[in-house]
Amino acid sequence: MKRSHYLGLYVIIAIAALLPFVLPNDFYRDLATRMALNAVIVLGLNLLVGYAGQVSLGHAGFVGIGAYATGILTSQFGWNGVVAMGAGACLAGIIALVAARPIFALKGNYLAMATLGLGIIISMILANENKITGGPDGMPVPELVLFGIRCAGASTWYWVVMVVLVLSIWASLNLIDSPFGRALRALHGSEIAAQVVGVDIGRYKLAIFVLAAAYASLMGSLTAHYVGYISPDIAGFQHSIELVTMVVVGGMASVYGSVVGAVLLTMLPQALTAFEGWDTAVTGLVLMLTMIFLPRGLVPSLAQRLAKLRRGG
Amino acid sequence: MTTGAIYALSAIGFTLIFNASKIVNFAQGEFIMLGGMLTFFFLQIELPLAWAVLLAILLPAVIGTLIQRFAIDLAKGADDVVLVIITIGAATFIRGIIKVWLGKNAHSLPPLLDNAPIEVFGASILPQSLCILAITAVLVVALWYLFGRTMTGKAMLATSFNRTVAQLVGINTGGVQVASFAASAALGALGGVLITPIALTAYDVGIMLGLKAFVAAVVGGLGNGRGAIIGGLLVGISEAMVSGYISSAYKDAIPFILILAILFFKPSGIFGAKSAERV
Amino acid sequence: MMDLLEVRGLSKSFGGVRAVDNVSFAVDTGIYSVIGPNGAGKTTLFNLITGLYSPSEGSVCVGGVDIVGTAPHAMARLGIARTFQNLQICMNMSALENVMVGAHLRLNRNIIWSHLRLPGLRRRDRELRHEAAEMMRFVGLGDYVDAAASALPYGALKRLEIARALAVKPRIVFLDEPAAGLNPTETLKIDEQIRKVADSGVTVVLVEHDMKMVMNLSDRILVLDSGKKLAEGTAQEVRSSREVIAAYLGTRS
Repeated sequence: MKRSHYLGLYVIIAIAALLPFVLPNDFYRDLATRMALNAVIVLGLNLLVGYAGQVSLGHAGFVGIGAYATGILTSQFGWNGVVAMGAGACLAGIIALVAARPIFALKGNYLAMATLGLGIIISMILANENKITGGPDGMPVPELVLFGIRCAGASTWYWVVMVVLVLSIWASLNLIDSPFGRALRALHGSEIAAQVVGVDIGRYKLAIFVLAAAYASLMGSLTAHYVGYISPDIAGFQHSIELVTMVVVGGMASVYGSVVGAVLLTMLPQALTAFEGWDTAVTGLVLMLTMIFLPRGLVPSLAQRLAKLRRGG
Repeated sequence: MTTGAIYALSAIGFTLIFNASKIVNFAQGEFIMLGGMLTFFFLQIELPLAWAVLLAILLPAVIGTLIQRFAIDLAKGADDVVLVIITIGAATFIRGIIKVWLGKNAHSLPPLLDNAPIEVFGASILPQSLCILAITAVLVVALWYLFGRTMTGKAMLATSFNRTVAQLVGINTGGVQVASFAASAALGALGGVLITPIALTAYDVGIMLGLKAFVAAVVGGLGNGRGAIIGGLLVGISEAMVSGYISSAYKDAIPFILILAILFFKPSGIFGAKSAERV
Repeated sequence: MMDLLEVRGLSKSFGGVRAVDNVSFAVDTGIYSVIGPNGAGKTTLFNLITGLYSPSEGSVCVGGVDIVGTAPHAMARLGIARTFQNLQICMNMSALENVMVGAHLRLNRNIIWSHLRLPGLRRRDRELRHEAAEMMRFVGLGDYVDAAASALPYGALKRLEIARALAVKPRIVFLDEPAAGLNPTETLKIDEQIRKVADSGVTVVLVEHDMKMVMNLSDRILVLDSGKKLAEGTAQEVRSSREVIAAYLGTRS
């Protein structure tokens, strides 16, 4: 891959490292942490939606699985935090595995509906199984001890999440440029062409679905420990839409787009606190306008504009 | 059964739009919501019931037209994904505006007829339900006639199969698309007006109702009018049965389990047709 | 000795229509063309052989192994590549990447390892880039090595598909109407390319409408009409076959 693609990563590392010294208080640090958490989920989702071209409207379900798996296993069974996270990711992966084969036989709208249905069923189960999950009111989550580090306090969490973000971006960039990544993009460009060169499109879609589910689950677990409290909303339809909005606004099939999308849309509700209650309307508007005028999302459209300028066009 | 009729109405709406433009309109649910909420609003400002209902059906039709004109038309030729997301965006936007304008509370409406339940074959039915079923039946017949017998209906079907050819034959495809959105919105709104006296209405009922109506449309076969109706009734009845015999907590999950089942076993729905991609 | 490709009694019905009816032929090396009037079943035959359709009857043997029932994506592993009449190019990638993807099966595709930038993988990728560029030059697309696929004109895209097919390093390649939509100059270029491909040792089977090209290029020709085999032989034999003339020009009453 061209060296320039990794340039963005260095920029992000620099920003992440310097940010705490620039931010005025803990509130902003919290915001940055949430942005990063979302960004990693979106990275995974973008692989599925942007690169592989498979619409998924139920992704928050996997976030919820991760969150509740950690929550339940650590608080009610006393499991170690890292192991619980791993278990959550495995569970999410298994569900994705089982659901993927039939789901990906579908196209377009049907695919959207199937993923939607999956997400909603997960969130309903989480909301209804009161005894285990604490029902619609949610449940508290104990502190996380990550490889010997006590994750408490805004500062520790910030660095932990930033490291995870940077690693995820790096890994995603690598993946896109690898033969696997090429096959994925080919699948999106033309399923028939991909097949003809030997890509088993069924297996690839499955693999990327499971991968995205695992990312979401791990981040769900981290979010659970970070916030200290979870409720079934985390797996809800609304959250799924927010995630898809981040992918779409930031840029489909764009690693940096995922980050930009997550940053912008995590910031949005904060920016709108003055206009109480308008967040839903604005999210909807943003979604529509971006899709109509910038269907490829911010980052790819900007990149295109820049490329044209450079060519003197 | 009653809810089934409502789902059926909205499912027909989905079918209309899908038939005219191969788009699935995720904002359909919001039209149902608008029907109920707008009627409530107009009653609040002291409009007579008939006017309130009429406006509550016309306004969504106008909004539907706007969505079609601005959102869908502008994004001409875009991916499926993009169009789906646009309608979701529209839905979210409508929901957001209502949330801000009319608040988050739930409201009800006075029923069309008397409130006392009638005994029929040992089960008690609300007069409102009968109303709904009757109106739905009438509409269904009207639509069947429209699609099967009239030129307009056939024009709509032609547009959905191949826009270019339809244009060549002289069909006003733009008009057909707009009409389909408007009609679909009106149908949804009507459903909303009818169901509100029984179930409440609030700014966020659109999500669930819309999704379930979509399930109904898919179960019956996307694009098939008869299927939409049967699908709607099926979903409604299944919900009621699960709610009564198993557990009412999971009542809402039934439509989604249904849709997953249908999508896995017979994606084209009960009456749907298969489609293939030519190489 | 057995031929590379042996088709025996291949038939396909769609509902009541017999699109391909008991077709048999064998190809070993060189250029083999399938021609016939419109609707003769040529593309259906192709799709049958390359696994996109499943036959109602018959067998297709490549290197002695019956490949009927093999999934389309398993064809590349068997050394079978093809191009498409309607072009299946991945417009979301660069021209070079379209060719690189042809080498898919020859690389490490493990999802876990792909997340890391292992030096071995990177080296292999660099080598592949050179190989793919070479292949593009081979089909005369040297000028487009750095271009996006969407920037290529139609004629170039057709050659790009051939380059991709070659990247699979196939034993046999199926070209579906390679000259369709091309002007005379471009057709000559394609003609050259196909000859080069065959000379490099890859067996070529093609479907084509352009008679001149077919007659010039082919070692042997199969003529189909209404799904049935009408004639088979060298260009000379086919040209003078009465059945063929009748099918194309109609019999005199």
